[in-house]
Amino acid sequence: MQPLEDNVLDGNAIGGLLIEVFGTEMTTAVGTCGSCGTARQVAELPVYPRGPGTVVRCRHCDNLLMVFVQARGVTCVDLRGLASLT
Amino acid sequence: MAGTAVRGRLTWQTATVSSVHDETPKVRTLMFEVPDWPGHLAGQHLDIRLTAEDGYQAEREYSISTAPGEPVAITVERLDDGEVSPYLSQELRPGDQIELRGPIGLYFVWDPSDGGPLMLVAGGSGIAPLRAMLRHRARLGSTIPTKLLYSSRSRADEIFRDELSRPAEGLTVIQTLTREQPPGWTGYARRVDKQMLTEVAWPAAQKPLTYVCGPTPFVEAVAAGLVALGYPPERIRTERFGATGGP
Repeated sequence: MQPLEDNVLDGNAIGGLLIEVFGTEMTTAVGTCGSCGTARQVAELPVYPRGPGTVVRCRHCDNLLMVFVQARGVTCVDLRGLASLT
Repeated sequence: MAGTAVRGRLTWQTATVSSVHDETPKVRTLMFEVPDWPGHLAGQHLDIRLTAEDGYQAEREYSISTAPGEPVAITVERLDDGEVSPYLSQELRPGDQIELRGPIGLYFVWDPSDGGPLMLVAGGSGIAPLRAMLRHRARLGSTIPTKLLYSSRSRADEIFRDELSRPAEGLTVIQTLTREQPPGWTGYARRVDKQMLTEVAWPAAQKPLTYVCGPTPFVEAVAAGLVALGYPPERIRTERFGATGGP
């Protein structure tokens, strides 16, 4: 597994955003990649915070798991890269 | 719905700065009075939101550096090109108000009931949530065998230096100074590597519970080193805060 690049964070950093979206604490929820099937706790997933929106990827295959875009008080959420989030 | 409090949800609240304390020339601890603080666990964080006159908002998350039961505090390293940290670490004064929400996170938390032995590894201001765990451990009188490996650039950059020089029972503090060492320094003088971990970390056979916090490259190197030593990955919890120029 390649080391993460310097500016990449992890799911701990978006704990507040996730509570906003899901209404509950999510850093210990397990996300399963819809592409390779790797399951990890959200806190362990790589988070790319500085793009247009916040992007969460699979640590194993780099598949895009979650995207959050915030504008004018509205958060758009795309979870289509996840097979499950429990 | 902005500004509307929803019961049971995370809401922004107004906190008042009760004190500020300079830990190093670049790091400051801010203590807050938060009227409706529900209490926090050791290792949790909070979000801070700054709003400019034109309505522009910036949010950042900071680890809480005090133990459960103590007033809420964060320990902020000033990043010279930062949007938020210069304001927090230079402008805020006791009595000033600020918006925050928390506590947040159930992954990077520790309580004595989680057991040990405990292996804590911090790079630079990554010491903040680990300090909360150490204070929690001490306040409860826990003697769970604990090691802290703490990497700083120099003596002057050591955060919580006085506190860490008087370790509680059962706590061993190992320091490395990566850039500059005082005359007569006999401790480590390089970045944390596998050899250092081999020398100081608990043997993998003891199945230590491990927390690693620091800049992303630091956490990546330490976690990989521990796994190479045979540490079970599910007993290694990590928290990364991006690039800061390195510990």
